[in-house]
Amino acid sequence: MTELDKDPCAHCEEMMQPYLDHILTEDERVEAEAHLDECDWCRRRYRFEESLRVYVRQAVNEPMPAELKQKLAALRIPLN
Amino acid sequence: MSETTPDARGIAAEARDRVRFEEEALALSDQVYRVARHLSNSREDAEELVQETYARAFRSWRSYTPGTNLRAWLLRILTNLNIDRGRRTQRAPQTTPLEANDYYLYDKLAESDGSAPDEDRVVERLSQDDIVSALSEVPHDFRDVIVLVDIGDFSYQDAAQILDIPIGTVMSRLHRGRRILKRELADSVLEDVT
Repeated sequence: MTELDKDPCAHCEEMMQPYLDHILTEDERVEAEAHLDECDWCRRRYRFEESLRVYVRQAVNEPMPAELKQKLAALRIPLN
Repeated sequence: MSETTPDARGIAAEARDRVRFEEEALALSDQVYRVARHLSNSREDAEELVQETYARAFRSWRSYTPGTNLRAWLLRILTNLNIDRGRRTQRAPQTTPLEANDYYLYDKLAESDGSAPDEDRVVERLSQDDIVSALSEVPHDFRDVIVLVDIGDFSYQDAAQILDIPIGTVMSRLHRGRRILKRELADSVLEDVT
């Protein structure tokens, strides 16, 4: 009896991060997708995780202050 | 006459290489700042850290190997400075962080909605402040990896080199760090509700 047979959704949850990072083996990926095809409950949670990652990246994207850019340029070593 | 003797041409070539290096490094400054901002606990710390990084990079430009990943090279300097300068102070104590399973945040958001939510919209319940603040609560060892990989777009391999840790450690910290982040986010959302 595999772990998948015991609790397919718990197993699917374990595979979520590696799945979205594209680091599952081919067999594992096929296994995860087979479960996602038939399990709306897990599929919603995978989609949420995908949206969350994009959202986090956008939320923390803070532009560099223009003055800092000038300060960095001023750190250049002058040519003799 | 020996051709290896430093002469005007050699000096000019070196100056050209250095100018090129400086320009390439400065072109990456937005990306370096984006990572620095969340490795540090404040905007002020981040600005100082980026300045120190560039000052050091410009001084030691000869140790950079042209053609290799300059962004990773700069971030290596930055993370070392960050550790050396003892800026790894954390508001929350460095105890074992709370970590929930991967579906925890979705389940909490769904629960507080009272119905099966649209998974694309449910994320919008989180404010930008919620996310920035939750990320700052993630202990540094985990946060460093999240910031480099999920925000800085570095590969596992680059993150391992920048932080000088094995790639397996990058992967396990990333996995756990994301769970900690979601736990922190769930806590902040539940606080907003109550």
